[in-house]
Amino acid sequence: MGAIIEADNTERTMTDPTIPELFRIGRLKRETEDTFTLELSPAEETTRISFLPGQFNMLYVFGVGEVPISISSDPAETSRLEHTTRRVGVVTRAMGLLKPGDTIGIRGPYGSHWPLGEEDGRDFVVVAGGIGLAPLRPVLYHLMAQREKYRNIVLLYGARTPEEILYKRELERWRGKFDLEVQVTVDRGASGWRGNVGVVTPLVARAPFNPSNTVALLCGPEIMMRFAVMELQKRGVPAERTYLSMERNMKCALGYCGHCQYGPTFVCKDGPVLRLDRIASIFGKAEI
Amino acid sequence: MIQTLEPVIKSNPFFADLPAKHLKFIAGCAKNVQFPERHVIFHEGDPANEFYFIREGLVSVELVVPNHGPATVQTLAKGEILGWSWVSPPYRWHFDARTVQRTRALVFDAKCVRKKCEEDHELGYELLSRFVSVISARLAATRLQLMDLYGRHN
Amino acid sequence: MTPKAAPRNGYVVLTPPQIGVLIQALIRRGYEVIGPTIRDGAIIYDRVTSVEELPKGWTDEQQGGKYKLKHRADEALFGYTVGPHSWKKFLFPAFARLWKAQRANGHFQILPEEQKSPKVAFLGVRACELHAIGIQDKVFLEGPFADSHYKSRRKDIFVVAVNCTQAGGTCFCDSMGTGPKATSGYDLSLTEVVKDSQHFLLAHAGTKAGAKIVAEFFTEAAGEEEVAAANGLIEEATRHMGRSLDTNGLKEVLYRNTENPRWDAVANRCLSCANCTSVCPTCFCSTVEDVTDLTGQEAERRRKWDSCFATDFSYIYGGSVRATPRSKYRQWMMHKLAYWIDQFGTSGCVGCGRCITWCPVGIDITEEARVIRESESSVSNLA
Repeated sequence: MGAIIEADNTERTMTDPTIPELFRIGRLKRETEDTFTLELSPAEETTRISFLPGQFNMLYVFGVGEVPISISSDPAETSRLEHTTRRVGVVTRAMGLLKPGDTIGIRGPYGSHWPLGEEDGRDFVVVAGGIGLAPLRPVLYHLMAQREKYRNIVLLYGARTPEEILYKRELERWRGKFDLEVQVTVDRGASGWRGNVGVVTPLVARAPFNPSNTVALLCGPEIMMRFAVMELQKRGVPAERTYLSMERNMKCALGYCGHCQYGPTFVCKDGPVLRLDRIASIFGKAEI
Repeated sequence: MIQTLEPVIKSNPFFADLPAKHLKFIAGCAKNVQFPERHVIFHEGDPANEFYFIREGLVSVELVVPNHGPATVQTLAKGEILGWSWVSPPYRWHFDARTVQRTRALVFDAKCVRKKCEEDHELGYELLSRFVSVISARLAATRLQLMDLYGRHN
Repeated sequence: MTPKAAPRNGYVVLTPPQIGVLIQALIRRGYEVIGPTIRDGAIIYDRVTSVEELPKGWTDEQQGGKYKLKHRADEALFGYTVGPHSWKKFLFPAFARLWKAQRANGHFQILPEEQKSPKVAFLGVRACELHAIGIQDKVFLEGPFADSHYKSRRKDIFVVAVNCTQAGGTCFCDSMGTGPKATSGYDLSLTEVVKDSQHFLLAHAGTKAGAKIVAEFFTEAAGEEEVAAANGLIEEATRHMGRSLDTNGLKEVLYRNTENPRWDAVANRCLSCANCTSVCPTCFCSTVEDVTDLTGQEAERRRKWDSCFATDFSYIYGGSVRATPRSKYRQWMMHKLAYWIDQFGTSGCVGCGRCITWCPVGIDITEEARVIRESESSVSNLA
């Protein structure tokens, strides 16, 4: 597990992993009415950023608190981090009020990552719901940077309404430029929307991929993932090649505050990316 | 050369396990049809005497909301069945159906199918149980839509 | 007094007043001695400076939801089992400041907290408690990130273990393989023998430091008789455990029974008061708190004990994952007896019985486990 910091200033983080590193806000981009993306660079210029798709950081807003947010930037980008988040609580609301140049604290990267190493030659089905697209964006960048290694790549993305579709320009670019099947659906249409209306699960049922050769990556509300998994299993995608990004309350992100436990797994260190066959006995169980 | 639609129908998982004689009958009720984009296939309230199997394209199932215009409740694509209002009285469409893109489909004469189902209950059972799966999958999907999973919770 | 040569069997005999000498020897070496003492009707762990502060002649009577101190017929110094405190209070304090931060013009700096390694001697650590410390060592030190605050506090501890010569009303260390005899992890171990007119403490050095300190003042090597007497009492304690827990395949039993109706039954009694997590020597959950001063220019991050029974413990956007007492109790028990094994390789329970004693309604973890296990065989009997 690499520290996000590679250059100087490591001693402090090495001794006390609860101490954040300082980053500066470069830009705060509004994505939808309640969702924004922070672009961040390290306060220490010699620092290089290094993370694996699927990992998250703990973001600290001075005096307010710390929250876990998935990294949603391109893993090839070593001088800049991006985090997309919704304004849902005290910390994220305070975060949304920060200005370019302000300091923010970061601890990380933490957690497990999406499978990439041994999956050459496979079909990839990426199923994203709502803000679940954010933790999947880094893996999509990776897949496209090494496009020739993989066969079919399908992105199925469900959003609430057309206005709440994330990364619109990027989605259009991906759809147009590369050999990538992008299907976007919304729960509720709007006038002028000529795309799909409906939940993402029927898209899974009819998407063009070969189940016996497919790796499935899912991220979104747990119910959505549950139903999408059912469709994938109906089509014969094995649990050993189905990965989900789970979310639980986090406080330390270091594996010893106990909050993020999901059955025997600690979402901060065994997850957030978990392979379905390893959590088969608890996945879908209420209040576990 | 006239080609029967049997192979096309058989290749659709919806009809796949139908016994040969039923398959033949069904094929006999089917015709190829093509719609340009933005074409209204049927209106809410019209008599429901057909159902469709979409071979290619995209169809939007809509409700007209006063002062707002048409609202899409669901979009159906290749490989999906459009239309179940033909199954029970009053045999009238509950929604509008409009193509989003140019669409190719098989259209089935529902009046003819209904009549045959009344005579041949075995066929009736085979068809209706398949339609029940379609309707239940639509219901499940609709319920998920209603849950507004990506919305605000507080 | 010239120290005697070390005895061949490794044991020496100490008198009760010599425990006072031991305390003084530790204090002279710069240790703060934490030992058992009576406060508010319970035997707790706090700073002691003399043998007079120990609970001489006292014992504890424990049952589900009941704890009472009682006079003994003798003057044993360690004639009790365990009270509401455990040693985690000192290694993993209930409240700790992690760091401070200072703000100026949209920028801020972090000021790390000095990690102190207090020189502390634990006097009176039970075998189950030694295991509990070992279990918390695994949690805080052996994961991908070590808790530096725990690490620094753990470094310079001097441990004087005490072997139990009587089992408590809610004890089941025998079932858990954690006692009553301390076998490792101590600098010194003591076994108190009070029989007929004899009253001595058999001491054993587990480390060079332990041997060195005892060599300063012991006067009598132990003979076979004394060793046998001590071992005999420990053996008797094994046979009088207040509770028992069948740990065979217990993890699998619990994994199979996440929907057992017994969880509903216990949920009707559980108050989610979090006493069990508070007294349990292995429970490690904590939370962090970020606060500022009134000017808003100085901030602090603090760590505090937390409990899986706390209201927002499992809160994520939309609500708590575990909102009902049923799910909370199930989480606590399944973590302790099942998940812990998958996470850390051992059970999380050391059989000290505190959770049973300090539960206001006397919920008994051994009983719950037994009922759930037995419900499987009764189902198959019906088949």
